[in-house]
Amino acid sequence: MKQTAFEQLHSPTWRALEDQLQLLEKGGKPSPEAQQQFAALFRKVCHFHALAQERHYSSFLVDHLDNLVSRAHQQLYRRKHPIRQPLIRFVVSGFPALVRAERRAVMWAAVLFVSPLLLFFIGGQIAPELVYTVLSPGQTADMESMYDPANKVLGQARDSDTNWGMFGFYIYNNISVAFRTFASGLLLGVGSGFFLTYNGALIGAVSAHLTNVGFTTTFFTFVVGHGSFELTAIVLAGAAGLKLGYSLLAPGQMSRLNSLKQASHTAIGLVYGVILMLLIAAFIEAFWSSNNLFAPWQKYSVGGFLWTLVLGYLIFSGRGRGGSA
Amino acid sequence: MIDTRQTLETPEGTDLSLHPAGFWIRSLAYTVDWLLRIVVVIAIGIVFGASGIGQGLTLVVYFLMEWFYPVFFEVWYGGQTIGKKSFRLKVINDDGTPVTFAASLIRNLLRVVDFLPGFYVTGILASLCNRHFKRLGDLAAGTLVVYAHPVAANPPLENVGSRPVPEDFSTDEQRFLLAFAQRSSTMSAARQAELAQVLAPVLGAGDPVLTIKQMANHIVGNRASRGDPTA
Repeated sequence: MKQTAFEQLHSPTWRALEDQLQLLEKGGKPSPEAQQQFAALFRKVCHFHALAQERHYSSFLVDHLDNLVSRAHQQLYRRKHPIRQPLIRFVVSGFPALVRAERRAVMWAAVLFVSPLLLFFIGGQIAPELVYTVLSPGQTADMESMYDPANKVLGQARDSDTNWGMFGFYIYNNISVAFRTFASGLLLGVGSGFFLTYNGALIGAVSAHLTNVGFTTTFFTFVVGHGSFELTAIVLAGAAGLKLGYSLLAPGQMSRLNSLKQASHTAIGLVYGVILMLLIAAFIEAFWSSNNLFAPWQKYSVGGFLWTLVLGYLIFSGRGRGGSA
Repeated sequence: MIDTRQTLETPEGTDLSLHPAGFWIRSLAYTVDWLLRIVVVIAIGIVFGASGIGQGLTLVVYFLMEWFYPVFFEVWYGGQTIGKKSFRLKVINDDGTPVTFAASLIRNLLRVVDFLPGFYVTGILASLCNRHFKRLGDLAAGTLVVYAHPVAANPPLENVGSRPVPEDFSTDEQRFLLAFAQRSSTMSAARQAELAQVLAPVLGAGDPVLTIKQMANHIVGNRASRGDPTA
């Protein structure tokens, strides 16, 4: 068929598609009949596009059809982004099931985080100078003044303005740290491993130092509550990063690129959970941990409860629901 | 043709053409976005920074601007942040579909690595090493930055008559001829002659410049006095 005849015969079809596209791209809603016709119209124009290419019709026509096909492709395969329902399902079963499915990465991340933490916590008490391998004297002085019982009067709460300010700071700081821990896993896992180990060592050293100077009550009553969500979240962010690195190191039957793509789409699920956990942690840290109205035993019990809650949730929630993660 | 056009087969059995965008124009778009983000954060900081809660708010806004500004626009505004929109770029999935939330978050979180050791050096190097100009975040997320429907501005062709194109010219080769005719107004006569001379052996006798222009007229359908066939 000659191009002229082809155009005369079929241009009404692609003009109809173009009209619908213009409407859709402006955010308009076509009539129900038009919506029903869209896919059929799109397939026809795809067919014309393939024909026009195959028959060497003028590049002008091919380009025009090409443009229509790409635009229609974008409209047809547009996805809805529902939030509430998937979010509830993710929190109840999807996230803990994913953590369990990725337990190998989670275990490694936990080992990389907890062993330096314990090492510095115990080592720092046996040999106090060990603390200064990760902390500068200035930092230890800051820590001391922050947790000096003399500066904190039991039975006094921080004013709410400061609390809200700190809430913002914790969100900004902690989630950014978690994101960096995750992303740097792309460097064959080295980045995530480094952040996990370094943060573990840092926390261990600080705890050891404050124990050495005897500020245990002020320090541990402060950290026990939000630590449940925060430390677990950092480990999970690290696990997500390690998964990226591992997918590059050991792609198995896939190409490294496909392996990475698949791993990153799984790992991002962990990151969603990490974001939620760190939001909760920031809230607890800003409004509960800083609150000195409660006696230490009350803070330790709530802390213990939160730890049980987090670990119990990750281990047991969503089992037997058939929810695949 | 030496351009960045890539084809992608769709489930409907036709080939989409995509024009991946290189790092330079993407850097420009990024700079626009970066300036916008800075301005918003500074403005919030100035207005609310006096109180504790205001400082908290500023930090939250800073956090959102740093990590979620691109995700928000890419997912809910057709793959285009304001900067990308101003340079007519958009982010899509590898398969030509609109970018999904997970993919957008992955590519934007992994910016951290692309940025290393500074000024996106890693990302630029990575984008120079593959045909789709993907930085590492794009590779992991399975996304692509392309020109948003490059609507070919069609400069009018000189009306010098028409001549059929030899039938063994492929669509791409026809594109060469058309591109030459359309761009000829920006070139001196000497330069036109110089370029057209390259094709003289396959064009047959006659002035190659005139021949190409006539063929271009034929390609777009100016031979008959019909109107624009695809308007």
